[in-house]
Amino acid sequence: MRIRPLIATLAAALALTACSGGSGAAGTSATSGAPGVSGDVTVFAAASLTESFTRIGKDFEAAYPGTKVTFNFAGSSALATQITQGAPADLFAAASPATMKTVTDGGMADGEPVTFVRNQLVIAVAKGNPKGITGLAGLAQPGLKVALCAEQVPCGAAAKKALEAASVKITPVTLEQDVKAALQKVKLGEVDAALVYRTDALSATADVAAVEFPESAKAVNDYPIAVLKNAPNKTAAQKLLEWIRSDKGMAVLTQAGFQTP
Amino acid sequence: MSKARRGARAPIALLIPAALGLAFLVLPLAGLLIRTPWRSLPERLAAPGVLAALRLSLLTATLATVLCVLLGVPLAWLLARTEFPGRRLVRALVTVPLVLPPVVGGVALLLVFGRRGLIGHWLDATFGITLPFTTAGVVVAEAFVAMPFLVIAVEGALRGSDTRYEEAAATLGANRFAVFRRVTLPLVAPGVAAGAVLCWARALGEFGATITFAGNFPGRTQTMPLAVYLALETDLDAALVLSLILLTVSVGILAALRDKWITSP
Repeated sequence: MRIRPLIATLAAALALTACSGGSGAAGTSATSGAPGVSGDVTVFAAASLTESFTRIGKDFEAAYPGTKVTFNFAGSSALATQITQGAPADLFAAASPATMKTVTDGGMADGEPVTFVRNQLVIAVAKGNPKGITGLAGLAQPGLKVALCAEQVPCGAAAKKALEAASVKITPVTLEQDVKAALQKVKLGEVDAALVYRTDALSATADVAAVEFPESAKAVNDYPIAVLKNAPNKTAAQKLLEWIRSDKGMAVLTQAGFQTP
Repeated sequence: MSKARRGARAPIALLIPAALGLAFLVLPLAGLLIRTPWRSLPERLAAPGVLAALRLSLLTATLATVLCVLLGVPLAWLLARTEFPGRRLVRALVTVPLVLPPVVGGVALLLVFGRRGLIGHWLDATFGITLPFTTAGVVVAEAFVAMPFLVIAVEGALRGSDTRYEEAAATLGANRFAVFRRVTLPLVAPGVAAGAVLCWARALGEFGATITFAGNFPGRTQTMPLAVYLALETDLDAALVLSLILLTVSVGILAALRDKWITSP
Protein backbone atom coordinates (compact mmCIF):
# COMPACT_ATOMS: atom_id res chain seq x y z
CA MET A 1 0.00 0.00 0.00
CA ARG A 2 2.80 2.40 0.77
CA ILE A 3 4.59 1.71 -2.48
CA ARG A 4 1.64 2.44 -4.71
CA PRO A 5 1.31 6.16 -4.19
CA LEU A 6 5.02 6.46 -4.88
CA ILE A 7 4.71 4.60 -8.17
CA ALA A 8 1.73 6.72 -9.11
CA THR A 9 3.60 9.91 -8.38
CA LEU A 10 6.57 8.74 -10.44
CA ALA A 11 4.25 7.84 -13.28
CA ALA A 12 2.79 11.31 -13.05
CA ALA A 13 6.19 12.91 -13.16
CA LEU A 14 7.17 10.79 -16.18
CA ALA A 15 3.95 11.65 -17.97
CA LEU A 16 4.53 15.34 -17.38
CA THR A 17 8.12 15.25 -18.67
CA ALA A 18 7.02 13.27 -21.69
CA CYS A 19 4.41 15.90 -22.48
CA SER A 20 6.84 18.77 -22.28
CA GLY A 21 9.50 17.05 -24.35
CA GLY A 22 7.38 16.23 -27.36
CA SER A 23 6.01 19.61 -28.35
CA GLY A 24 9.13 21.24 -29.78
CA ALA A 25 9.61 19.15 -32.88
CA ALA A 26 6.10 19.52 -34.28
CA GLY A 27 5.32 21.83 -37.15
CA THR A 28 8.40 21.31 -39.29
CA SER A 29 6.73 18.88 -41.65
CA ALA A 30 7.65 19.54 -45.26
CA THR A 31 4.96 20.70 -47.63
CA SER A 32 4.98 22.05 -51.17
CA GLY A 33 6.58 25.45 -51.93
CA ALA A 34 10.04 26.77 -52.57
CA PRO A 35 12.66 24.07 -52.11
CA GLY A 36 13.79 23.85 -48.52
CA VAL A 37 11.56 26.65 -47.27
CA SER A 38 8.33 25.41 -45.72
CA GLY A 39 6.58 24.72 -42.48
CA ASP A 40 5.97 26.85 -39.43
CA VAL A 41 8.25 29.71 -38.42
CA THR A 42 7.79 31.07 -34.92
CA VAL A 43 8.96 34.64 -34.44
CA PHE A 44 9.35 36.26 -31.02
CA ALA A 45 9.27 40.01 -31.61
CA ALA A 46 9.12 43.21 -29.59
CA ALA A 47 5.62 44.63 -29.11
CA SER A 48 6.57 47.71 -31.14
CA LEU A 49 7.05 45.55 -34.26
CA THR A 50 3.48 44.21 -34.13
CA GLU A 51 1.98 46.01 -37.13
CA SER A 52 4.95 45.92 -39.49
CA PHE A 53 5.96 42.31 -38.75
CA THR A 54 2.39 41.10 -39.13
CA ARG A 55 2.38 42.58 -42.65
CA ILE A 56 5.83 41.24 -43.48
CA GLY A 57 4.72 37.80 -42.26
CA LYS A 58 1.74 37.84 -44.63
CA ASP A 59 3.95 38.92 -47.56
CA PHE A 60 6.44 36.16 -46.77
CA GLU A 61 3.73 33.49 -46.60
CA ALA A 62 2.44 34.65 -49.98
CA ALA A 63 5.92 34.49 -51.51
CA TYR A 64 6.69 31.06 -50.02
CA PRO A 65 3.56 28.92 -50.14
CA GLY A 66 3.64 26.22 -47.52
CA THR A 67 5.11 28.45 -44.87
CA LYS A 68 3.21 29.70 -41.86
CA VAL A 69 4.62 32.56 -39.79
CA THR A 70 3.44 32.71 -36.19
CA PHE A 71 4.26 35.68 -33.95
CA ASN A 72 4.65 36.09 -30.23
CA PHE A 73 4.62 39.84 -29.59
CA ALA A 74 5.45 41.10 -26.09
CA GLY A 75 7.93 43.22 -24.19
CA SER A 76 11.42 42.25 -25.44
CA SER A 77 12.64 41.40 -21.97
CA ALA A 78 9.77 38.99 -21.32
CA LEU A 79 10.49 37.35 -24.68
CA ALA A 80 14.19 37.06 -23.87
CA THR A 81 13.31 35.33 -20.59
CA GLN A 82 10.96 32.96 -22.40
CA ILE A 83 13.67 32.08 -24.92
CA THR A 84 16.36 31.45 -22.30
CA GLN A 85 13.83 29.28 -20.46
CA GLY A 86 13.51 27.11 -23.55
CA ALA A 87 10.48 28.46 -25.42
CA PRO A 88 10.53 26.99 -28.97
CA ALA A 89 11.24 29.96 -31.24
CA ASP A 90 12.99 30.34 -34.62
CA LEU A 91 13.67 34.05 -34.79
CA PHE A 92 14.02 36.76 -32.16
CA ALA A 93 13.70 40.49 -32.86
CA ALA A 94 14.36 42.64 -29.80
CA ALA A 95 13.81 46.35 -29.20
CA SER A 96 17.22 46.80 -27.61
CA PRO A 97 20.73 45.29 -27.72
CA ALA A 98 20.50 44.72 -23.94
CA THR A 99 17.58 42.32 -24.22
CA MET A 100 19.27 40.55 -27.16
CA LYS A 101 22.37 40.21 -25.00
CA THR A 102 20.38 38.12 -22.49
CA VAL A 103 19.79 35.66 -25.30
CA THR A 104 23.32 35.69 -26.76
CA ASP A 105 24.85 35.41 -23.27
CA GLY A 106 22.71 32.34 -22.76
CA GLY A 107 24.26 30.87 -25.92
CA MET A 108 20.85 30.76 -27.57
CA ALA A 109 21.60 32.77 -30.75
CA ASP A 110 22.85 31.22 -33.98
CA GLY A 111 25.59 33.62 -35.08
CA GLU A 112 25.85 37.36 -34.43
CA PRO A 113 22.62 39.36 -34.18
CA VAL A 114 22.28 42.20 -36.71
CA THR A 115 20.72 45.60 -36.20
CA PHE A 116 17.96 45.92 -38.78
CA VAL A 117 16.04 49.06 -37.74
CA ARG A 118 16.18 51.95 -35.30
CA ASN A 119 13.40 53.66 -33.41
CA GLN A 120 13.11 56.98 -31.60
CA LEU A 121 10.86 58.22 -28.85
CA VAL A 122 8.10 60.77 -29.27
CA ILE A 123 5.61 62.22 -26.83
CA ALA A 124 2.17 60.76 -27.49
CA VAL A 125 -0.63 63.15 -26.56
CA ALA A 126 -4.36 63.31 -27.17
CA LYS A 127 -5.40 64.41 -30.64
CA GLY A 128 -5.07 68.17 -31.04
CA ASN A 129 -2.61 68.30 -28.13
CA PRO A 130 -5.06 69.94 -25.66
CA LYS A 131 -2.36 70.46 -23.00
CA GLY A 132 -0.07 72.23 -25.47
CA ILE A 133 2.98 70.03 -24.90
CA THR A 134 5.88 71.03 -27.13
CA GLY A 135 8.83 69.24 -25.58
CA LEU A 136 10.13 67.09 -22.74
CA ALA A 137 10.12 70.04 -20.31
CA GLY A 138 6.37 70.35 -20.84
CA LEU A 139 5.92 66.95 -19.19
CA ALA A 140 7.02 68.39 -15.85
CA GLN A 141 4.11 70.85 -15.57
CA PRO A 142 2.15 70.27 -12.36
CA GLY A 143 -1.04 68.24 -12.54
CA LEU A 144 -0.08 66.59 -15.81
CA LYS A 145 -0.51 62.81 -15.84
CA VAL A 146 2.31 61.03 -17.62
CA ALA A 147 2.81 57.32 -18.34
CA LEU A 148 6.29 55.94 -18.91
CA CYS A 149 7.48 52.42 -19.61
CA ALA A 150 9.13 50.67 -16.69
CA GLU A 151 12.91 50.94 -16.71
CA GLN A 152 13.17 47.15 -17.08
CA VAL A 153 11.82 47.27 -20.65
CA PRO A 154 13.62 48.99 -23.57
CA CYS A 155 11.17 51.87 -24.06
CA GLY A 156 11.55 52.69 -20.36
CA ALA A 157 15.33 52.58 -20.54
CA ALA A 158 15.24 54.90 -23.56
CA ALA A 159 12.81 57.27 -21.81
CA LYS A 160 15.12 57.46 -18.81
CA LYS A 161 18.08 58.26 -21.07
CA ALA A 162 16.18 60.99 -22.93
CA LEU A 163 14.89 62.59 -19.72
CA GLU A 164 18.39 62.57 -18.27
CA ALA A 165 19.81 64.10 -21.46
CA ALA A 166 17.25 66.90 -21.18
CA SER A 167 17.71 67.07 -17.37
CA VAL A 168 13.96 66.99 -16.94
CA LYS A 169 12.60 65.38 -13.79
CA ILE A 170 9.05 64.08 -13.93
CA THR A 171 6.92 61.93 -11.67
CA PRO A 172 4.91 59.57 -13.84
CA VAL A 173 1.63 58.17 -12.54
CA THR A 174 2.45 54.72 -13.87
CA LEU A 175 5.34 52.65 -15.20
CA GLU A 176 3.84 50.39 -17.84
CA GLN A 177 5.07 46.93 -18.73
CA ASP A 178 5.37 47.61 -22.45
CA VAL A 179 5.09 50.44 -24.94
CA LYS A 180 1.66 49.40 -26.19
CA ALA A 181 0.25 49.58 -22.65
CA ALA A 182 1.66 53.10 -22.20
CA LEU A 183 0.13 54.19 -25.52
CA GLN A 184 -3.19 52.61 -24.58
CA LYS A 185 -3.41 54.83 -21.50
CA VAL A 186 -3.14 57.89 -23.76
CA LYS A 187 -5.74 56.49 -26.16
CA LEU A 188 -8.15 55.93 -23.27
CA GLY A 189 -7.52 59.46 -22.01
CA GLU A 190 -6.32 58.23 -18.61
CA VAL A 191 -3.00 60.05 -18.99
CA ASP A 192 -2.21 63.30 -20.77
CA ALA A 193 1.05 62.13 -22.29
CA ALA A 194 3.33 59.12 -22.63
CA LEU A 195 6.80 58.56 -24.01
CA VAL A 196 6.44 55.95 -26.72
CA TYR A 197 8.21 54.98 -29.93
CA ARG A 198 7.49 57.03 -33.01
CA THR A 199 6.27 53.88 -34.77
CA ASP A 200 3.68 53.20 -32.08
CA ALA A 201 2.40 56.77 -32.15
CA LEU A 202 2.16 56.58 -35.97
CA SER A 203 0.15 53.35 -35.73
CA ALA A 204 -2.46 55.14 -33.63
CA THR A 205 -2.90 58.44 -35.47
CA ALA A 206 -6.68 58.08 -35.21
CA ASP A 207 -6.49 58.67 -31.46
CA VAL A 208 -3.16 60.29 -30.64
CA ALA A 209 -0.77 62.91 -31.93
CA ALA A 210 3.02 62.65 -31.76
CA VAL A 211 5.23 65.47 -30.47
CA GLU A 212 8.87 65.12 -31.59
CA PHE A 213 11.62 66.35 -29.28
CA PRO A 214 15.35 66.83 -29.97
CA GLU A 215 16.62 64.76 -27.02
CA SER A 216 15.17 61.59 -28.57
CA ALA A 217 18.26 61.52 -30.78
CA LYS A 218 20.27 60.72 -27.63
CA ALA A 219 18.13 57.70 -26.88
CA VAL A 220 17.88 55.89 -30.19
CA ASN A 221 16.92 52.25 -29.89
CA ASP A 222 18.68 49.72 -32.08
CA TYR A 223 16.61 46.65 -32.95
CA PRO A 224 18.73 43.50 -33.28
CA ILE A 225 17.45 40.30 -34.86
CA ALA A 226 18.87 36.78 -34.74
CA VAL A 227 18.03 33.23 -35.74
CA LEU A 228 18.01 31.06 -32.63
CA LYS A 229 20.30 28.11 -32.08
CA ASN A 230 17.51 25.69 -31.10
CA ALA A 231 15.23 26.91 -33.90
CA PRO A 232 12.90 24.08 -34.96
CA ASN A 233 12.86 25.45 -38.53
CA LYS A 234 16.22 27.14 -39.12
CA THR A 235 16.06 27.23 -42.94
CA ALA A 236 12.79 29.11 -43.08
CA ALA A 237 13.88 31.36 -40.21
CA GLN A 238 17.03 32.32 -42.14
CA LYS A 239 14.95 33.02 -45.25
CA LEU A 240 12.51 35.17 -43.27
CA LEU A 241 15.37 37.15 -41.75
CA GLU A 242 16.73 37.83 -45.26
CA TRP A 243 13.23 38.87 -46.36
CA ILE A 244 12.90 41.32 -43.44
CA ARG A 245 16.25 42.91 -44.35
CA SER A 246 15.44 43.01 -48.07
CA ASP A 247 14.06 46.12 -49.78
CA LYS A 248 10.54 44.71 -49.53
CA GLY A 249 10.79 44.20 -45.78
CA MET A 250 12.55 47.49 -45.11
CA ALA A 251 9.89 49.37 -47.11
CA VAL A 252 7.20 48.11 -44.71
CA LEU A 253 9.34 49.01 -41.70
CA THR A 254 10.29 52.53 -42.83
CA GLN A 255 6.68 53.19 -43.76
CA ALA A 256 5.77 52.36 -40.16
CA GLY A 257 8.23 55.02 -38.97
CA PHE A 258 11.37 52.97 -38.34
CA GLN A 259 14.71 54.31 -39.47
CA THR A 260 17.33 52.31 -41.32
CA PRO A 261 20.55 51.78 -39.38
CA MET B 1 -13.73 9.48 11.65
CA SER B 2 -10.38 9.54 9.92
CA LYS B 3 -9.43 6.31 11.68
CA ALA B 4 -12.38 4.45 10.22
CA ARG B 5 -11.42 5.61 6.75
CA ARG B 6 -7.78 4.65 6.97
CA GLY B 7 -8.62 0.93 6.61
CA ALA B 8 -10.43 1.45 3.33
CA ARG B 9 -8.34 0.69 0.24
CA ALA B 10 -8.53 3.33 -2.44
CA PRO B 11 -9.30 1.73 -5.82
CA ILE B 12 -6.33 2.01 -8.17
CA ALA B 13 -8.61 3.60 -10.79
CA LEU B 14 -9.06 6.56 -8.45
CA LEU B 15 -5.61 6.57 -6.93
CA ILE B 16 -3.67 7.10 -10.16
CA PRO B 17 -5.62 10.08 -11.50
CA ALA B 18 -5.70 11.55 -7.99
CA ALA B 19 -1.92 11.28 -7.71
CA LEU B 20 -1.51 12.75 -11.19
CA GLY B 21 -3.78 15.63 -10.24
CA LEU B 22 -1.83 16.26 -7.06
CA ALA B 23 1.50 16.12 -8.90
CA PHE B 24 0.19 18.51 -11.54
CA LEU B 25 -0.74 21.05 -8.88
CA VAL B 26 2.30 20.60 -6.65
CA LEU B 27 5.15 20.14 -9.16
CA PRO B 28 5.17 23.77 -10.36
CA LEU B 29 5.41 24.91 -6.74
CA ALA B 30 8.23 22.45 -6.16
CA GLY B 31 9.95 23.79 -9.27
CA LEU B 32 9.76 27.27 -7.81
CA LEU B 33 11.31 26.09 -4.53
CA ILE B 34 14.10 24.17 -6.28
CA ARG B 35 15.10 27.11 -8.46
CA THR B 36 14.92 29.73 -5.68
CA PRO B 37 18.34 31.33 -5.07
CA TRP B 38 18.36 30.51 -1.35
CA ARG B 39 21.86 31.84 -0.75
CA SER B 40 21.11 35.38 -1.90
CA LEU B 41 17.64 35.30 -0.37
CA PRO B 42 18.27 37.63 2.63
CA GLU B 43 19.80 40.43 0.57
CA ARG B 44 17.09 40.14 -2.07
CA LEU B 45 14.41 40.39 0.59
CA ALA B 46 16.03 43.58 1.81
CA ALA B 47 16.15 45.02 -1.70
CA PRO B 48 14.25 48.31 -2.00
CA GLY B 49 10.72 47.88 -3.21
CA VAL B 50 10.19 44.30 -2.08
CA LEU B 51 8.75 45.14 1.33
CA ALA B 52 6.83 48.10 -0.09
CA ALA B 53 5.16 45.83 -2.64
CA LEU B 54 4.36 43.21 0.01
CA ARG B 55 2.94 45.81 2.39
CA LEU B 56 0.83 47.31 -0.38
CA SER B 57 -0.41 43.87 -1.42
CA LEU B 58 -1.48 42.94 2.12
CA LEU B 59 -3.13 46.32 2.67
CA THR B 60 -5.06 46.42 -0.60
CA ALA B 61 -6.15 42.76 -0.41
CA THR B 62 -7.48 43.36 3.11
CA LEU B 63 -9.31 46.56 2.16
CA ALA B 64 -10.75 44.86 -0.91
CA THR B 65 -12.00 42.02 1.30
CA VAL B 66 -13.64 44.48 3.69
CA LEU B 67 -15.35 46.16 0.74
CA CYS B 68 -16.49 42.77 -0.60
CA VAL B 69 -17.94 41.77 2.78
CA LEU B 70 -19.81 45.06 3.19
CA LEU B 71 -21.36 44.86 -0.28
CA GLY B 72 -21.28 41.13 -0.97
CA VAL B 73 -23.09 39.79 2.13
CA PRO B 74 -26.23 41.86 1.51
CA LEU B 75 -26.08 40.87 -2.16
CA ALA B 76 -25.80 37.18 -1.24
CA TRP B 77 -28.72 37.56 1.18
CA LEU B 78 -30.82 39.11 -1.57
CA LEU B 79 -30.03 36.25 -3.92
CA ALA B 80 -30.69 33.54 -1.35
CA ARG B 81 -33.69 34.87 0.58
CA THR B 82 -35.83 36.91 -1.78
CA GLU B 83 -37.73 36.35 -4.99
CA PHE B 84 -37.59 38.99 -7.67
CA PRO B 85 -37.87 38.99 -11.44
CA GLY B 86 -34.56 38.38 -13.18
CA ARG B 87 -32.89 36.79 -10.17
CA ARG B 88 -31.25 34.09 -12.29
CA LEU B 89 -29.76 36.76 -14.51
CA VAL B 90 -28.49 38.72 -11.51
CA ARG B 91 -26.85 35.61 -10.14
CA ALA B 92 -25.17 34.97 -13.49
CA LEU B 93 -23.96 38.58 -13.65
CA VAL B 94 -22.48 38.35 -10.15
CA THR B 95 -20.25 35.48 -11.25
CA VAL B 96 -19.10 37.07 -14.51
CA PRO B 97 -15.81 38.38 -13.04
CA LEU B 98 -14.91 34.74 -12.28
CA VAL B 99 -14.75 33.85 -15.95
CA LEU B 100 -13.87 37.24 -17.44
CA PRO B 101 -10.19 37.66 -18.36
CA PRO B 102 -8.91 40.05 -15.67
CA VAL B 103 -7.46 42.40 -18.31
CA VAL B 104 -10.94 42.78 -19.78
CA GLY B 105 -12.16 43.52 -16.26
CA GLY B 106 -9.51 46.23 -15.99
CA VAL B 107 -10.54 47.83 -19.26
CA ALA B 108 -14.20 47.67 -18.21
CA LEU B 109 -13.32 49.40 -14.94
CA LEU B 110 -11.47 52.12 -16.87
CA LEU B 111 -14.53 52.70 -19.05
CA VAL B 112 -16.63 53.27 -15.93
CA PHE B 113 -14.26 54.75 -13.35
CA GLY B 114 -11.57 56.20 -15.64
CA ARG B 115 -11.16 59.92 -16.27
CA ARG B 116 -13.48 59.73 -19.27
CA GLY B 117 -15.62 56.94 -17.82
CA LEU B 118 -19.33 57.01 -17.08
CA ILE B 119 -18.91 57.62 -13.35
CA GLY B 120 -15.25 58.58 -13.35
CA HIS B 121 -15.90 61.61 -15.54
CA TRP B 122 -18.41 62.93 -13.01
CA LEU B 123 -16.16 62.07 -10.03
CA ASP B 124 -13.29 63.96 -11.66
CA ALA B 125 -15.36 67.01 -12.65
CA THR B 126 -17.23 67.30 -9.34
CA PHE B 127 -14.76 66.20 -6.68
CA GLY B 128 -11.48 66.06 -8.55
CA ILE B 129 -11.19 62.36 -7.69
CA THR B 130 -9.62 59.95 -10.18
CA LEU B 131 -9.31 56.28 -9.28
CA PRO B 132 -6.81 54.99 -11.87
CA PHE B 133 -3.17 55.08 -10.74
CA THR B 134 -4.14 55.31 -7.05
CA THR B 135 -4.05 52.77 -4.22
CA ALA B 136 -7.84 53.10 -4.05
CA GLY B 137 -7.88 52.01 -7.70
CA VAL B 138 -5.97 48.85 -6.77
CA VAL B 139 -8.59 48.09 -4.10
CA VAL B 140 -11.40 48.61 -6.63
CA ALA B 141 -9.73 46.30 -9.19
CA GLU B 142 -9.10 43.59 -6.58
CA ALA B 143 -12.63 43.85 -5.15
CA PHE B 144 -14.10 43.52 -8.66
CA VAL B 145 -12.43 40.18 -9.33
CA ALA B 146 -12.69 38.84 -5.77
CA MET B 147 -16.30 39.69 -4.89
CA PRO B 148 -17.89 36.66 -6.63
CA PHE B 149 -15.93 34.30 -4.37
CA LEU B 150 -17.52 35.90 -1.31
CA VAL B 151 -21.04 36.11 -2.75
CA ILE B 152 -21.02 32.46 -3.87
CA ALA B 153 -19.74 31.23 -0.49
CA VAL B 154 -22.23 33.29 1.53
CA GLU B 155 -25.17 32.48 -0.72
CA GLY B 156 -24.37 28.77 -0.38
CA ALA B 157 -24.20 29.10 3.41
CA LEU B 158 -27.51 30.98 3.50
CA ARG B 159 -29.26 28.35 1.37
CA GLY B 160 -27.91 25.60 3.59
CA SER B 161 -28.97 27.23 6.86
CA ASP B 162 -32.24 26.51 8.62
CA THR B 163 -34.79 29.32 8.18
CA ARG B 164 -36.89 28.20 11.16
CA TYR B 165 -34.79 30.24 13.59
CA GLU B 166 -35.41 33.35 11.50
CA GLU B 167 -39.14 32.61 11.40
CA ALA B 168 -39.20 32.10 15.16
CA ALA B 169 -37.43 35.41 15.75
CA ALA B 170 -39.87 37.16 13.45
CA THR B 171 -42.90 35.75 15.26
CA LEU B 172 -41.35 36.97 18.53
CA GLY B 173 -41.49 40.52 17.17
CA ALA B 174 -38.02 41.18 15.76
CA ASN B 175 -37.99 43.35 12.64
CA ARG B 176 -36.36 42.07 9.46
CA PHE B 177 -33.03 43.80 9.88
CA ALA B 178 -32.82 42.66 13.52
CA VAL B 179 -33.44 39.09 12.37
CA PHE B 180 -30.66 39.40 9.80
CA ARG B 181 -28.24 40.90 12.30
CA ARG B 182 -29.02 38.80 15.38
CA VAL B 183 -30.00 35.44 13.85
CA THR B 184 -29.03 35.01 10.19
CA LEU B 185 -25.57 36.52 10.30
CA PRO B 186 -24.33 34.49 13.32
CA LEU B 187 -25.73 31.33 11.68
CA VAL B 188 -23.79 31.82 8.46
CA ALA B 189 -20.68 33.36 10.06
CA PRO B 190 -18.46 30.37 9.07
CA GLY B 191 -19.63 30.75 5.48
CA VAL B 192 -18.88 34.47 5.51
CA ALA B 193 -15.43 33.79 6.98
CA ALA B 194 -14.70 31.13 4.35
CA GLY B 195 -15.82 33.47 1.59
CA ALA B 196 -13.72 36.29 3.01
CA VAL B 197 -10.59 34.10 3.09
CA LEU B 198 -11.07 33.02 -0.54
CA CYS B 199 -11.81 36.61 -1.48
CA TRP B 200 -8.65 37.82 0.25
CA ALA B 201 -6.48 35.17 -1.42
CA ARG B 202 -7.89 36.02 -4.85
CA ALA B 203 -7.32 39.74 -4.24
CA LEU B 204 -3.75 39.07 -3.14
CA GLY B 205 -2.96 37.29 -6.42
CA GLU B 206 -4.78 39.76 -8.68
CA PHE B 207 -2.69 40.92 -11.62
CA GLY B 208 -4.51 41.67 -14.88
CA ALA B 209 -7.21 44.06 -13.72
CA THR B 210 -4.77 45.82 -11.40
CA ILE B 211 -2.11 46.55 -14.03
CA THR B 212 -4.75 47.62 -16.54
CA PHE B 213 -6.86 49.79 -14.25
CA ALA B 214 -4.46 51.00 -11.56
CA GLY B 215 -1.19 50.96 -13.50
CA ASN B 216 2.15 50.15 -11.98
CA PHE B 217 3.94 52.57 -9.71
CA PRO B 218 6.21 51.42 -6.86
CA GLY B 219 4.80 52.18 -3.42
CA ARG B 220 1.42 53.29 -4.75
CA THR B 221 -0.01 50.71 -7.11
CA GLN B 222 2.75 48.14 -7.57
CA THR B 223 1.52 45.04 -5.75
CA MET B 224 3.50 41.80 -5.47
CA PRO B 225 2.15 40.16 -8.64
CA LEU B 226 3.08 43.28 -10.65
CA ALA B 227 6.52 43.36 -9.05
CA VAL B 228 7.00 39.70 -10.00
CA TYR B 229 6.02 40.37 -13.61
CA LEU B 230 8.41 43.30 -13.99
CA ALA B 231 11.23 41.50 -12.20
CA LEU B 232 10.77 38.69 -14.70
CA GLU B 233 11.66 41.16 -17.47
CA THR B 234 15.22 41.45 -16.25
CA ASP B 235 16.04 39.22 -13.33
CA LEU B 236 14.60 35.71 -13.03
CA ASP B 237 16.10 35.21 -9.57
CA ALA B 238 14.47 38.35 -8.19
CA ALA B 239 11.14 37.24 -9.66
CA LEU B 240 11.56 33.83 -8.01
CA VAL B 241 12.21 35.39 -4.62
CA LEU B 242 9.15 37.63 -4.93
CA SER B 243 7.04 34.67 -6.03
CA LEU B 244 8.27 32.66 -3.07
CA ILE B 245 7.21 35.38 -0.62
CA LEU B 246 3.77 35.62 -2.20
CA LEU B 247 3.43 31.85 -2.15
CA THR B 248 4.51 31.61 1.50
CA VAL B 249 2.09 34.29 2.65
CA SER B 250 -0.87 32.82 0.72
CA VAL B 251 -0.25 29.19 1.65
CA GLY B 252 0.42 30.16 5.27
CA ILE B 253 -2.85 32.02 5.64
CA LEU B 254 -4.91 29.49 3.69
CA ALA B 255 -3.50 26.58 5.71
CA ALA B 256 -3.97 28.36 9.04
CA LEU B 257 -7.58 29.26 8.31
CA ARG B 258 -8.79 26.31 6.33
CA ASP B 259 -9.42 23.87 9.16
CA LYS B 260 -10.98 26.55 11.27
CA TRP B 261 -13.38 28.09 8.80
CA ILE B 262 -13.57 26.61 5.39
CA THR B 263 -14.61 23.16 6.57
CA SER B 264 -17.70 24.53 8.24
CA PRO B 265 -20.25 21.99 9.55
